[in-house]
Amino acid sequence: MAGRWKLITKGFVKDNPTFALVLGMCPTLGTTTSAINGMGMGVATMCVLVLSNMVISAVARFIPDKVRIPSYIVIISAFVTIVQLLMQAYLPSLYETLGLFIPLIVVNCIVLGRAEAFANKNGVLDSACDGLGIGLGFTLSLTVVGLVREILGSGSAFGWKFMAPDGMLLFVLAPGAFIVLGYLMVLFRKLTTK
Amino acid sequence: MEYILIIISAVFVNNILLSQFLGVCPFLGVSKKVGTALGMSAAVTFVMALATCVTYLLQYYVLVPFGVEFLQTVCFILVIAGLVQMVEIIIKKISPSLYQALGIFLPLITTNCAVLGVALMVVQKQFTFGGEAHMLNLGQSVVFAIASAIGFGLAIVLFAGIREQLELSNVPKQFKGVPIALITAGIMAMAFMGFSGMV
Repeated sequence: MAGRWKLITKGFVKDNPTFALVLGMCPTLGTTTSAINGMGMGVATMCVLVLSNMVISAVARFIPDKVRIPSYIVIISAFVTIVQLLMQAYLPSLYETLGLFIPLIVVNCIVLGRAEAFANKNGVLDSACDGLGIGLGFTLSLTVVGLVREILGSGSAFGWKFMAPDGMLLFVLAPGAFIVLGYLMVLFRKLTTK
Repeated sequence: MEYILIIISAVFVNNILLSQFLGVCPFLGVSKKVGTALGMSAAVTFVMALATCVTYLLQYYVLVPFGVEFLQTVCFILVIAGLVQMVEIIIKKISPSLYQALGIFLPLITTNCAVLGVALMVVQKQFTFGGEAHMLNLGQSVVFAIASAIGFGLAIVLFAGIREQLELSNVPKQFKGVPIALITAGIMAMAFMGFSGMV
């Protein structure tokens, strides 16, 4: 039990996909214009990650070694399509804002990376925990990046406006994404290394 | 005229890397030397033009007539993966010297989200070039793909030039590597923002 708990919590700091492993940079930069958008993207990725990890760990024994990467990609893209259709039906406004980045979860290196590094060697339940842990870590870091950009750029947090002026528009636009992520990464390194 | 507008818009105004954030992983990964950056952008241009052409035909002659547009993501990524493999085999056979130059970058392109991103953008988004919004036709799509790839190449080569200098400069310990690269990219994105409003 303790082992599984560790699998879930390691994604927050030690194996944090954004800040420690530097994976999945495109959605991290592209979708974090506000905390809500970042969180939505993180949760969508987490769903795909948990489901694909479970299925891949269940069927990994039956897949010949040579065609394993294409097979994993097909499994992942099936789940991405499911998540995409569900979001289109129940969260149309979030789906509009995230746009292209939902189908692009297929080529997110985190998902394929976990399939290759963890799911094809471990049991179904362990893989689900691993996917949940990494997914939560990814959601957390996307929410933090989104929150910082939203506070600086539009003077609000999770859509709640606490500042009368609009803030520095630059942080909502493209350059702000790179700069905020760069400085947050420095902060993360400062806090985690002695 | 509209081809020129497509090219200017895709290379400078809506630069795929610095304003749409597609293909950031190779941007950070292989931009340490100008030579490798040039090789990567050549390989991306080649694959992107081919992939967009094939996925465009697939969308309008297979997926739409049969009413199975929801298979878009699955089909496109398989086409791109297959295409990359095929291009690799053909280049290896025809021109070993080109294979030597591009070889290591080709497998990486499958997971470059810019290729899938452009293929999806062409069939999903409406473009406004002089007048009302409309979907691109095949010729315009291929031009758009090549121009996007050139935009990607421009950003990655310029960035590699800066990064070569960055290696020599004395930055604080925590900033070394990815963080300083991200901040530099931010400043570059700011420079590219100057182009907005041109088209």
